[in-house]
Amino acid sequence: MSSSSRSPLSDSQPNPRRSAASSEARPRVASRWLWFHKLGSPPYAYGLATKLRPWLMWSSLILMLIGAYGGLVLAPPDYQQKDAFRIIYVHVPAAIMSLQVYLAMAIAAAVGIIWRMKLAHAFAAACAPVGAWFTVAALATGSIYGKPMWGTWWEWDPRITSVLIQLFLYLGYMALRASFDDTQRADRASAVLAIVGVVNVPIVKYSVVWWNSLHQGPTISKLDTPSITLSMGWPLYTLVLAFMVYFAAVMCDRLRSEILKRERNASWLQENIARS
Amino acid sequence: MAAAGLGEAVRLVLARDLRLALRHWDQVIQPLIFFVIVTTLFPLAISPALEELRGIAPGVLWVAAMLSSLLALESLFRPDVEDGTMEQWVLSGQPLSVLLLAKTVTHWLLAGLPLVLMAPIVGTALGMPQSVWPVLAATLALGTGSLSVLGAIGAALTVSVRRGNVLLALLVLPLEMPVLIFGARAVDLAMQGEAVAGPLNLLAALLLLFVSLGPFAMSAAMRISVET
Repeated sequence: MSSSSRSPLSDSQPNPRRSAASSEARPRVASRWLWFHKLGSPPYAYGLATKLRPWLMWSSLILMLIGAYGGLVLAPPDYQQKDAFRIIYVHVPAAIMSLQVYLAMAIAAAVGIIWRMKLAHAFAAACAPVGAWFTVAALATGSIYGKPMWGTWWEWDPRITSVLIQLFLYLGYMALRASFDDTQRADRASAVLAIVGVVNVPIVKYSVVWWNSLHQGPTISKLDTPSITLSMGWPLYTLVLAFMVYFAAVMCDRLRSEILKRERNASWLQENIARS
Repeated sequence: MAAAGLGEAVRLVLARDLRLALRHWDQVIQPLIFFVIVTTLFPLAISPALEELRGIAPGVLWVAAMLSSLLALESLFRPDVEDGTMEQWVLSGQPLSVLLLAKTVTHWLLAGLPLVLMAPIVGTALGMPQSVWPVLAATLALGTGSLSVLGAIGAALTVSVRRGNVLLALLVLPLEMPVLIFGARAVDLAMQGEAVAGPLNLLAALLLLFVSLGPFAMSAAMRISVET
């Protein structure tokens, strides 16, 4: 059976021609997804991260300086909160990033588990500590903001509480990852947790809002984003962008170190080191 | 077992787990005793005055229920993974998610249902009026189901980790917080004589969501844990 099916292939001429045709056709089909597959290759991603890092780092630094100058010097003091409101220029971007990074991490984890892309897992692993620190920064600055505004360091406000639960999710993710010796297993187990967590994030948000609205209604308006004037707003938007670019820059570094850790025995890496 | 239908497999899993539990009934009631002990701590720590306890009773009962549900999770999958039963299930050709859901149902029957029955008695000791009993039992019945599913996902993830029980609590408790919020709040509302349909519906919705999606996460986690 196997010999009869093989013989027409071995002695006929069309076979090489067919394979040539298919190899011609294949890149055209694959080209749409080529960037995706390239990203999955550690040497390519390592090189890309190395190349992008200085650009991202400098542009985030410039954006941060512009935003900080705009926020701390140019923006007028708030008529009610005076200068104390200026902490929002750190607080709001950090709070936005705490959620964004979690989403990025969960998407990377899903990509890793669906397409078995190791580099996506490396990306998710690199995300977690950064996201956790953004969350800590959001909580800390929120607490510092709360002291002069509400007269208390901590308030069981829905947003604060849901950010705190967000931090717990990060900590659980990192704890699970740390408890496996085998990297691949750690990758896949923590990916499942990240995906379960991302389903839970909106439920946590709404449940906490609902929980709170029953007990202390007025607090919600305390943190509701007031319509912000342009003179105070543009530094905020600049800083949100700066934080995003900063995240990308930090991820270049973290991803590189993840790749170094994971590919430490790979030949391309040794060649790379030997060259430099 | 592969020759048997899925319904037969589920029935066998349920029967086996319940029989095993009945033979170790002293272990099965441990979470229940834990539940009673934890609720006893609050009057000792806060105040013996019933008026004060009444205010915190829903929260106390719910937190104690969450913790004791967690306590029983540790032994949910571990014996089966250690003696190789779980590997046989993975290889059996039956959908692993359904088999694990059946195991989760037994966890609920053994760790959730006793709490539902026990809670009104403990609640009365904390000064809850009898009129709240049905709501308390209903929230716990719906809520402990969600806790069992979320807990089973965590248990499947941590089953191959040595000393995984602290880790399990770390993973599962943040995920369970919405259930706690709705459950405790519904009982609170009932005690104030207000409508409880809203939080009860939300608890039921959460239960449906977790029961329908949870088994897939469980089986994905279990496959990762079992393969070596």
